[in-house]
Amino acid sequence: MTFRDWRRRALSSVMIGLSMAAVLAALIPVALILFFVLAKGIGSINWAFFTHMPAPVGEVGGGMANAILGSLTMVGLGALIAVPLGVIAGIYLSEFHGSTFASVVRFSADTLNGVPSIVIGVFVYAIFVLPVKHFSALAGGAALGVMMLPVITRTTEELLRLVPMALREGAYALGATRSRAMFTVVLPAALPGILTGIILALARTAGETAPLLFTSLNNQFWSTSLNKPMASLTVQVYTYATSPSEDWHRQAWAGALVLVMIVLVCSLAARFATRRLERMHTGH
Amino acid sequence: MKITVEHLNFYYGAKKALTDISIEMKANEVTAFIGPSGCGKSTFLRTLNRMNDIIPGARVEGSVKIDGADLYASGTDAVLLRRKVGMVFQKSNPFPKSIFENVAYGLRINGMAKGRELAEQVEASLKAAALWEEVKDRLHDPAMALSGGQQQRLCIARALAVRPEVLLMDEPASALDPIATQRIEELIYVLKKDYTIVIVTHNMQQAARVSDATAFFWMGKLIEFGPTPSMFTGPREKLTEDYITGRFG
Repeated sequence: MTFRDWRRRALSSVMIGLSMAAVLAALIPVALILFFVLAKGIGSINWAFFTHMPAPVGEVGGGMANAILGSLTMVGLGALIAVPLGVIAGIYLSEFHGSTFASVVRFSADTLNGVPSIVIGVFVYAIFVLPVKHFSALAGGAALGVMMLPVITRTTEELLRLVPMALREGAYALGATRSRAMFTVVLPAALPGILTGIILALARTAGETAPLLFTSLNNQFWSTSLNKPMASLTVQVYTYATSPSEDWHRQAWAGALVLVMIVLVCSLAARFATRRLERMHTGH
Repeated sequence: MKITVEHLNFYYGAKKALTDISIEMKANEVTAFIGPSGCGKSTFLRTLNRMNDIIPGARVEGSVKIDGADLYASGTDAVLLRRKVGMVFQKSNPFPKSIFENVAYGLRINGMAKGRELAEQVEASLKAAALWEEVKDRLHDPAMALSGGQQQRLCIARALAVRPEVLLMDEPASALDPIATQRIEELIYVLKKDYTIVIVTHNMQQAARVSDATAFFWMGKLIEFGPTPSMFTGPREKLTEDYITGRFG
């Protein structure tokens, strides 16, 4: 082996080592968060946590049934608004990506994506809460929907544009119209990625506290009314974590753990659901 | 004459890609387009089913007639036209769906068949493309699981399913190994009984083997067109002779 070969191999090893170190460094925060949430939260997770209301001040025990339902409800509401709007807007952006209006929409979406979540909370407060003079789950869902919208729009656009032109041409060559080609070939081809993007957007907003503080507020009681204030895991965790009670701290960790678990389960479910579509892409 | 082209000019924006093409292609014959890369043969092929319509800035002058009807007349519906003029692309482009769904696609979107009739027509199309025996037991597997040659025959089956009259093939075997290529060529020979076939190829031996008539393109112009045997044995033009003897291109 000549010196040049030796140097090449040595350099390669060093670079692989550095890459692995970088990956590890990036994984450390994730691992630590999961570890802490699990270690601190698992002790307070029991059946009652999922089925009971928060205990009155001074009493030990209770659960977060209302907050779990609240978080799911409001993320669901947000998705109901943002998924159809976002996907359709994304289709528009990819189909007419050269037009001036598309540039304006794209720029707006990117700007909206950069707006701090607390500002979105205040904005929804101004248009949904102030006029009716009470907080509501509807307003909370709307705030989460506004958070999701730009992410879903841009993910949809990017993934649709990644679909090879050859697939469109294949559809056109068989007598498909532009919209037929979009909905029967291009969109299904991009669907696994779009679904992953939607799940990521949902997961990210499920962990938002700020937009809910001014919109759905919180609720110590079981409430399914969309027109009333609603509890959410994040606001409940925030309230408990900043209180002086030891028992509430434990509950806050448990709440955080449940939140992480919901996000994880949703992501896995989405992956599972798109497996058949993925298989059509890779062939095995 | 199945296809009659008169004084066709084609532009990509300001760039002229085809100049004054006039040519006639007979029904149930295979016409091959040959010429060096960038000579306009693929562009010309794509004017025959208005596939260039989707390219921004593309513009056509002159007339292209199939059975006497002008493709570029204002009343012509490009979507209906493409059902009549099928196309197979250089790189096989099966949809990310099952083998069955790929062939059924055109039948479904055009409302041509459903249920058992659909299944029968899918089978007939796969048989016509000489693929049935290889896939009959795994129709619901992903099309992407097929080999390159099988994928290309699947694309042929998909094109045949909507019962076109003309089949355009844009270098259908250029990405395939010699055995897969031979199967495609044999298929072309069988298919010409029922279809008018136009094939672009940069492989001159292939043009000589499969075609009845050959057109030689150079720099966006049709240099020479005639029956394949005479094109290869006694070309009239010096350029044609230089190209087929491998002096350039």
